[in-house]
Amino acid sequence: MDMSPTRKNVVEASGFKVENAVSTRKISKNYGPVEALRNLSLDFPKGQLTSLLGPSGCGKTTLLKIIAGLLEPTSGEVEVNGRAVTGPGPDRAFVFQDFALLPWASVLRNVAFGLELRGVAKSEREAVAEKYIRDVGLAGFEKNYPHELSGGMRQRVGLARALAVDSEVLLMDEPFSAVDEQTRRKFQEDLLNLVQTENKTFIFVTHSIEEAVYVSDQIAILLPRPSRVSEIIRPAGFRSKGAENIRRDLEYLDIVDRIWASLRTYVE
Amino acid sequence: MRVFGIRLPAMSSLILWGMIWEIVGRSGLTFFVPPLSEVLVTLYSVLGTPAFQKALMETAYAFFMGVLFSVAIGIPTGILMGKNRLIDELLLPWVNIFLSAPLTALVPVLMVLFGFGMKSIVITTTLFAIWIIILNSRAGVLQINRSLVEMARCFGASPLAAFTKVYFWAALPEILGGVRIGVIRAVKGVIIGQLLISIVGFGALFELYSNNFLMAHFWAVLIVLFGMAFTISEFLAYLERRISYYAAKR
Ligand SMILES: Nc1ncnc2c1ncn2[C@@H]1O[C@H](COP(=O)(O)OP(=O)(O)OP(=O)(O)O)[C@@H](O)[C@H]1O
Ligand SMILES: [Mg+2]
Repeated sequence: MDMSPTRKNVVEASGFKVENAVSTRKISKNYGPVEALRNLSLDFPKGQLTSLLGPSGCGKTTLLKIIAGLLEPTSGEVEVNGRAVTGPGPDRAFVFQDFALLPWASVLRNVAFGLELRGVAKSEREAVAEKYIRDVGLAGFEKNYPHELSGGMRQRVGLARALAVDSEVLLMDEPFSAVDEQTRRKFQEDLLNLVQTENKTFIFVTHSIEEAVYVSDQIAILLPRPSRVSEIIRPAGFRSKGAENIRRDLEYLDIVDRIWASLRTYVE
Repeated sequence: MRVFGIRLPAMSSLILWGMIWEIVGRSGLTFFVPPLSEVLVTLYSVLGTPAFQKALMETAYAFFMGVLFSVAIGIPTGILMGKNRLIDELLLPWVNIFLSAPLTALVPVLMVLFGFGMKSIVITTTLFAIWIIILNSRAGVLQINRSLVEMARCFGASPLAAFTKVYFWAALPEILGGVRIGVIRAVKGVIIGQLLISIVGFGALFELYSNNFLMAHFWAVLIVLFGMAFTISEFLAYLERRISYYAAKR
């Protein structure tokens, strides 16, 4: 195979230099004596989806929260569009692994909550929220409360809330963990569409190798604690072949195998 | 409960206890316990008297002011303690001491400080109710799901917005639980305050009745007080149940 994905250089096949929406430089993070991340540097190209893949407990959530500005790195820097991150900002939105919905608020208010906090007028923010509720396939559930929804539906509420604030960067922490396999596949296709239609940068944490290869423009493989980037894989060939054909593509299967080969050493 | 296959309404055992009371009263065992029927008749006649209504008004005023102060001061203090380590370290020992302290012993001191009037009674009521409200609000805030806090920060909530739109509501089940216990303690506080100071409200009334051995009057007023305390507590328990749907799912 001559199309082995390029490592570490962010050059598209066409030769254009791609701008980075987010870059992390030599990030280290210690929780007391526990060293979660060490000297982690990684670039996230604008308008693309980057997956973080790695063994459990290697620091994926930690990295995502540092980028979000929710955690302070012990050393190192995060830049979003060239500006250093000092805290949370309107240019980044987070999809939480455990949804983080307001149980006392309806789906509509939950999805509009980010806009509510920004002081957007009620009618305006509800119009925006309604659009994104439709987009994630929850039309008709606007008046329902989170405890009346299934896990997968709640996850979609969290996704719609993050989309509604229209940030440039979407940080998604295992956003499809609570749904069954069929819904998961549907979500993955939706996500591919989203990456194409919304001009946003996605940073996506997952445990599933297949999922990462299926949805990503770039996959960063992290080593166990203290975590660094061991490999960056950029699937290039099958992206244009259409959602239905990807899973049968040779390059797709090849990459899945390769990632599994490099990760299996960490599984007892 | 079922007796001989007939469903009895809730609290029908009260009828049985009422009958025992009536029998003991009629047997003339002690002047201290007049028959229930006599107490009820007295209750009815007492309700209309100006002395009773004045006592009721004064008690209600002291009670509501006390509860108002405890809630208005207690809830924000508890939330602040849950959110701020320094404030927590400073206040928590005192809250715990006052929660278990025999506050009745403080009433004479309050009388010296604030006089023999309404002011002392309101402060007594507040002191009885406020500590458990603070402690429960604090516990409520401490158990808030960390993701909710991070969500608020992440979407750019100002401290005030996070307070009013997230923390308060997330802690509401615990806060209401604290308010319910606080209100029950406030009933104790307002009565104990009045009894010790005993020139206003039911304190004065009790003083009058017991000095004149008007036992039926005494019991009548007691029934009214018990009934009111029970009603208030049931109402708050009802409010608590109404929001419990989300308490388990935060
Ligand atoms: N608040 C904390 N205090 C102490 N240690 C922590 C804390 N948060 C995370 N850690 C440690 O840091 C390491 C990385 O945690 P993190 O949650 O980022 O892992 P992860 O890659 O997201 O794992 P998973 O895939 O299981 O979600 C773990 O070993 C964990 O024990
Ligand atoms: Mg994680």
